[in-house]
Amino acid sequence: MKWARMAALGFLVLVSAACLLADYVAPASYAQQFRDALDAAPSRQHPLGTDDLGRDRLSRLLYGTRVSLLLAPAAALLSSLLAALIGGTAGFVGGWVERCMMAATDLFLSLPWLFLLVTVRALLPLNVSPFTSVVITFALLGCLGWAAAARVICADARTLSSSDFVLLARATGNGSFRLLWRHILPNLKPILYAQFWISIPVFILTEANLGILGLGVAEPLPSWGSLLRELESFSAFSAQPWQFVPLILLVVVVSCFHVGLQKRELSS
Amino acid sequence: MRILIRHAARIVVVVLLGGILGATLVRVAPGFGVDEQELDSRLNHESIQALRQSRASDGNLAEYYVHYLNRLLHGDLGTSRTLQQPVRQLLAERFPETLKSVGLGLALGWTLGLALAIAPVMSRSWCVDLLTSLLAGVLLCLPAAVLALLFVIAHAPGRLVLGLIVFPKVFRYARNLLAHSASLPHVLTARAKGAGGFRVLLWHILPVAGPQLLALAGVSVSLTFAAAIPVEVLCDLPGIGQLAWKAAMGRDLALLVNLTMIVTIVTLLANYAADLITNPLASGKA
Repeated sequence: MKWARMAALGFLVLVSAACLLADYVAPASYAQQFRDALDAAPSRQHPLGTDDLGRDRLSRLLYGTRVSLLLAPAAALLSSLLAALIGGTAGFVGGWVERCMMAATDLFLSLPWLFLLVTVRALLPLNVSPFTSVVITFALLGCLGWAAAARVICADARTLSSSDFVLLARATGNGSFRLLWRHILPNLKPILYAQFWISIPVFILTEANLGILGLGVAEPLPSWGSLLRELESFSAFSAQPWQFVPLILLVVVVSCFHVGLQKRELSS
Repeated sequence: MRILIRHAARIVVVVLLGGILGATLVRVAPGFGVDEQELDSRLNHESIQALRQSRASDGNLAEYYVHYLNRLLHGDLGTSRTLQQPVRQLLAERFPETLKSVGLGLALGWTLGLALAIAPVMSRSWCVDLLTSLLAGVLLCLPAAVLALLFVIAHAPGRLVLGLIVFPKVFRYARNLLAHSASLPHVLTARAKGAGGFRVLLWHILPVAGPQLLALAGVSVSLTFAAAIPVEVLCDLPGIGQLAWKAAMGRDLALLVNLTMIVTIVTLLANYAADLITNPLASGKA
C-alpha cells in the first residue's frame, strides 16, 4: 500500500499548497460580499457559486481549509508535547509520580470529550473576534487532547527506562536529565510522531463539530465547521449540490490522514 | 467484592475531584457573580445591594465549593440560570430521552459493526473486506454533526445517527481482533478438522476476542454520549446533549458542569461494568 500512502501525502501537500496560496489563488476575499449575486450558481466568476450573503464559496473553502488544515497540526503539536511531558515524565520517574499522573490522565479520559470541550469552551467568552475564536478553539483542542497519547507514551517510556541500554547509560554515570534527553526522548520520537499524526484528523473533525454547533471559529472567518454549517439550509427543492464540496474535501483530507499512517504507527 | 469497592471508591474520587474542578471553573469564569438584573434601571440601590448580598456566599472559592458540595450531597444540583428550572428536574425530563437514543445507537452500532466485521473474516473474501472497510472508513471521516445534518436533510430518524457513529469504531477494532483470532493455530486446527464456519466462530474465535470486545463496549458508551450533543441539537431530540448545548450557548456553567459530571459517572459505571465482566472471562480463559 505504499502507493496509496504516497498518493494520500501528495494530495495533502497539494491541498495545503492551494490553501497557503489562497491570497493568490482565490477569486475574492473570504469576506467580500457580492450583493448582486446572492446564492448564485457556479459561474466563471464564482466557480462554486456564492452563499446567501453573496460571498464566493471557492474563496471561503480555500481560506477555511487553511484555517482547519494549518491549525489542526498546531493543536496536535501542542497536545503531543503535553503528552510527551506528562507521559514521558510519569513513565521515566515511575513510582507514586507515575501513579498520580496516570490517575489524573484516567480522570481526564473518563470525561466525555465533546462534553468537556463544550464546557470549557462555554467558560470562555463566546462573543469574541474571529482571530481570538480561532486561537481559543485550537488551543482548547491542543490543551484537552493529550490524555490518550500520554497513556501510550507513559507505557513506552516505562519500558524504555528499564531497558538494557538505559541501565548501561545509568551505570556509566549519566544523570536523569541526560538520560531523558539523550536516550529516552529520541526513542520516543516514532510514537510521538504517530500520536501527532493520529491527532490531526481527530482535531479537524472536532473543530467541524464545534463549528456546526456554533462554538467554533467565529464568522466571517471561515473554517470547515462554519462551511459545513451551511448544509443546514440545504433543501431538496432548491438543490445546490456544490454545497457539498466542503464535505467531500473534508472526507478526502481526513481519509488521506488515515491512509498516511503506516501500519506500525497505527498499531503503536 | 474488592474490585467493586475499588471501583466505587474511584467514582467517589471522580465526583469529589470533578466537583472541585467544576466549582473552580464556574467560580473563575468571566462574568461570575454578575447578574444582568443589576442593569435593570427600575431597581433602586437597595434592591441591587440585596441582589449582591444573595450571592455573597459565592465570593470565596473554598466557601463556594463547600456550599456546592453540600448541595450536591443533598441531591440539589442547583437551578439552571438560562432555563430557570431546577437542574434535577431538567435531568429527569431529558435523561430518559438520551438513554433511549444512546441505547438504540449502541445496539445498532454494535450489531452493524460486529456483523460487518465477522463477514470478511469468515468469508475470507478481499472484495467483502474492501467494501466493508470502505464503508467504515467513510463514516469514520464524517463528523457526527454532518451525519446528523444529512439525516435531517433525508428526513431519516435522527436516533440512528448514533449507531452510524459507533459502527466504524466497533468495526475497525472488531475486524482486527477477529482476524487475529481467526489466524490462531487452534482455529486453523479446528478448520482443518472440518469444523463448520459457524461452529468455528462461536466456539473458537469469539471466546478469544470476547474480553477485549467487552472492554471496547465500555468505551463506546462514552463515545455515544459525546456524540449525542451534535445529534440531539441538529435532529431536535430533547435530551441532555441538547441541554448541554443550550447551556453552553447561554454560558450556564453550573448546568454544564453538572451534566458533564453525571455523564462522566454513567460512562465510568459502564466502563467498570465492562471491567467486572471482562476480568472473570479473561482469568477463566487463562
